[in-house]
Amino acid sequence: MNISEWLPRLWQASLTTIYMVGVSTLFTVILGLPLGVLLMLTDERGLAPRPTLNRVLGFVVNLARSLPFIILLVVLIPFTRALVGSSIGPTATIVPLTLAAVPFFARVVESSLREVPRGLIEASQSMGSSHWQTVSKVLIPESLPSLILGVALTLISLVGYSAMAGAVGGGGLGDLAIRYGYQRYETEVMLVTVVLLLVLVQGVQWLGDRLSAKVSKK
Amino acid sequence: MIKLEKVSKSFTNGKSAVHALHDVSLEVEAGQIFGVVGTSGAGKSTLIRCVNRLEVPESGRIWVDGEEISALETSALRKSRQKMGMIFQQFNLLSQRTSAENIAYPLEIAGIAKLERVARVKELLNLVGLEDKADAYPAQLSGGQKQRVGIARAIANHPKVLLSDEATSALDPATTDSILELLVDLNQKLGLTILLITHQMEVVKKVCDHVAILENGYLLESGAILDLISDPHSHLSKAFFPPIQEGLLDPQAIQAAITFLGEAADEPILASMVRNYDVDVNFLGGNIQQIGKRRVGQLQVELKGQQIPEALAFLLEKGLRVEVRE
Ligand SMILES: Nc1ncnc2c1ncn2[C@@H]1O[C@H](COP(=O)(O)OP(=O)(O)O)[C@@H](O)[C@H]1O
Ligand SMILES: [Mg+2]
Repeated sequence: MNISEWLPRLWQASLTTIYMVGVSTLFTVILGLPLGVLLMLTDERGLAPRPTLNRVLGFVVNLARSLPFIILLVVLIPFTRALVGSSIGPTATIVPLTLAAVPFFARVVESSLREVPRGLIEASQSMGSSHWQTVSKVLIPESLPSLILGVALTLISLVGYSAMAGAVGGGGLGDLAIRYGYQRYETEVMLVTVVLLLVLVQGVQWLGDRLSAKVSKK
Repeated sequence: MIKLEKVSKSFTNGKSAVHALHDVSLEVEAGQIFGVVGTSGAGKSTLIRCVNRLEVPESGRIWVDGEEISALETSALRKSRQKMGMIFQQFNLLSQRTSAENIAYPLEIAGIAKLERVARVKELLNLVGLEDKADAYPAQLSGGQKQRVGIARAIANHPKVLLSDEATSALDPATTDSILELLVDLNQKLGLTILLITHQMEVVKKVCDHVAILENGYLLESGAILDLISDPHSHLSKAFFPPIQEGLLDPQAIQAAITFLGEAADEPILASMVRNYDVDVNFLGGNIQQIGKRRVGQLQVELKGQQIPEALAFLLEKGLRVEVRE
């Protein structure tokens, strides 16, 4: 295979990866942020202690996190099919990617929120804030720099997961690497794919660091 | 304005229990600057945090401005917290907000409209002397400036009560003085009642008119500072005017502590006492302290002679406070 043949494929695969990872990250934040907030709030020493709920949530999150991604991928096939009408292809891959990342991101959110000094929470309470106000006006803005780093971290894990999902029909760079690099012994394709993944990961990390530093007023 | 009735609170740390407050009762009248002093771990923070229910007392009742805080529903509690300001040792400013935005926070919570908020924030920045720091983030402010923002934030919603938990303990002496001056100023200008927690006697001396002493969760004494210091048996008086340790030089003599305010110090009262009565005065020690705006002195003397009761009555009549020590 010559360059003119696989360059467009490489381009296509990169776009697919960015699409999968981007959309799953979006859903991960939408689902994982509230879950992380809930984990933090319901903790014994949290704002609204609900020990039983906290233990149940924590258990489910740990369970989901301990499941290897490849197993999650298979286990979720019926669910994915019911949700998006198919179990292969980039859009279908978004479902297991999101579900794998949500518990991870929720823990990242939880630990970021915990870093907010207790004094700030008490100051907020002393001014008569509701829990919702303390979350939206104190906890999240105060931990924003750390949350941004958490999103970057999640994005990076998702790049890795997406490459794995690619191997079982998800599409994207992982798919390309397996099909050409591994199955057809086209080592250059494999190499270029790896380099692209590396660039993607480094780029996300760099952007995350930059953005976090820019947002932080500490 | 603030009343505590038999408030108790203990914490359990695993197995061991710490009794932070034992049946503490005290009353702060409107317009007072009321100090609570005690060493670290005495329960001061716990006490002040019970007032706005950051800490829920185990037993006892608490009123602020006629409202029983200890009996309020959550939403009513939030409303009354909006009418109580609190300042902290570590300032507790939101690091991601500018000074102006920090001061605006309680106004947002109280649902004040944007335009009104902006105007009020400007007014408050002026009041605490930080007009030029509106857009600075806490990380760009000195400790004293941070506490000024904290104070502006605490009084944003026109509270009647300000709770201060070691507000000057993280500041150097000069900055401490300027913050204390600001508090006195607000007390006088706005009639703000201040409950002030500190481990520094100096702070009490400078700004408080009333004081309570807390030790291991027990309230040892409370009252007007001038009353407490003129009683040589009080803890406060012992802290301000350490008693002379010497025993009686003469078995027939008595020891007394004579306390006088600034005005009385100018008159030669003791000289006239010695001239007019059959008494001899032997000075054991003396000390003058600046308490608030007043100078308060205490002399520890040994009196001997035939007319001691008459002489003491003369001193009382002149407005001095006399306590005889057994
Ligand atoms: N949340 C808490 N959990 C356990 N013990 C506490 C807690 N808060 C305070 N204490 C204990 O209560 C006592 C009084 O504490 P505190 O009110 O902070 O004292 P102060 O402010 O006078 O230094 C101390 O022995 C402290 O260790
Ligand atoms: Mg304390």
